[in-house]
Amino acid sequence: MSVKLILRDKEYEVKSGMTLLDSLKKINIVPESVISTREGEMILDDEILKDGDVVKLIAVISGGSDESRKL
Amino acid sequence: MKCKKCGAKASVNMRQHKLALCKEHYLEWIPEQTERFIKKYEMFTHHDKILVAVSGGKDSLGLWDILVRLGYQADGLYLGLGIDEGINYSHESQRLAEKFANNHNLKLHVVDIEQEYGQPIPVLADKSLRGYGKPCAVCGLAKRHEMNRIARDLGYDVLATGHNLDDEAAVLFGNTLSWASDFLLRQGPVLPAADGLARKVKPLCRFYEREMTAYCLARGIEYIYEECPFAEGSQSIYYKELLNKLETDRPGAKLTFYLRFLEARKSGELFIENNVEQAHLHPCSTCGQPTSAPDMCSFCRMIEKVNAVTES
Repeated sequence: MSVKLILRDKEYEVKSGMTLLDSLKKINIVPESVISTREGEMILDDEILKDGDVVKLIAVISGGSDESRKL
Repeated sequence: MKCKKCGAKASVNMRQHKLALCKEHYLEWIPEQTERFIKKYEMFTHHDKILVAVSGGKDSLGLWDILVRLGYQADGLYLGLGIDEGINYSHESQRLAEKFANNHNLKLHVVDIEQEYGQPIPVLADKSLRGYGKPCAVCGLAKRHEMNRIARDLGYDVLATGHNLDDEAAVLFGNTLSWASDFLLRQGPVLPAADGLARKVKPLCRFYEREMTAYCLARGIEYIYEECPFAEGSQSIYYKELLNKLETDRPGAKLTFYLRFLEARKSGELFIENNVEQAHLHPCSTCGQPTSAPDMCSFCRMIEKVNAVTES
């Protein structure tokens, strides 16, 4: 059994028993760049992920390429 | 992790503030802080008519929601950019902006760039040969021009945009890398009104992008999640990713970077001259908005070029 993390159309699997923070680091996702939800509720970095958990990662970054000049 | 206010399980942790909150207290905290920033930077009062630039994204819809919750007179402005790219991007973002307005019984002005200027943004970019093959420069130019025009035409006291701290830090980072002093001088939470220029404010400028995402999720605000198809690989996103790596290792780095810049700019530590941005502005010969170009502003030159290409 494992934990599934989903970001957009990508799925990752990690071992259960790790914290969310360690899981994100394991799959090379910068924790600051996502909000993590489980069953629709936001969860935090210290959450221990259990067997069968499905964590949906919501990307928070948006922007365009003209931004260095925007006022 | 527990909520600092009530001890319940926390939903949001803001490491830069050493503050974790449950959903309920987070939904109280965000408007309280927004009100604090509005007052601190003297952005507007409850007597002012505010036009919120709404894109259908999390920041602008979140901002509109917060201002309405705080009791401000805030109408929305949606600019139809005509971006499709196979995912109906503009159509979907307009639908979400209209849905939010309808659900909250708010006034939303919708202005379509193609109807106004004959071409959608990607075609304007293509025909004007601006932006090195990407329409983002033309999009930014058109949005600034149109937001200013409409805010003034419709008699709003202030134009509010949903720029968050990550937006501001990325802009600051980019402009610092190139020491773009003219742009650095103009960056801040408030751009005062000037001849031909509407007052512009950024009430979310001290919230992390992550916090605005959390706000929309907690409030159940439906926003366009898909990134603009043209934004992929953009410089600003690259800067944001770099800054987020820094933030992960050093909580508060982004906030400090931005706030110290504002302090230094205000105190004059960084720059000798102030207000140089107004020194060489004059009205565009076509639309009348202020420009530093010798005759027509960049936007009108672009439109003229597109029209010439289209006619030939």
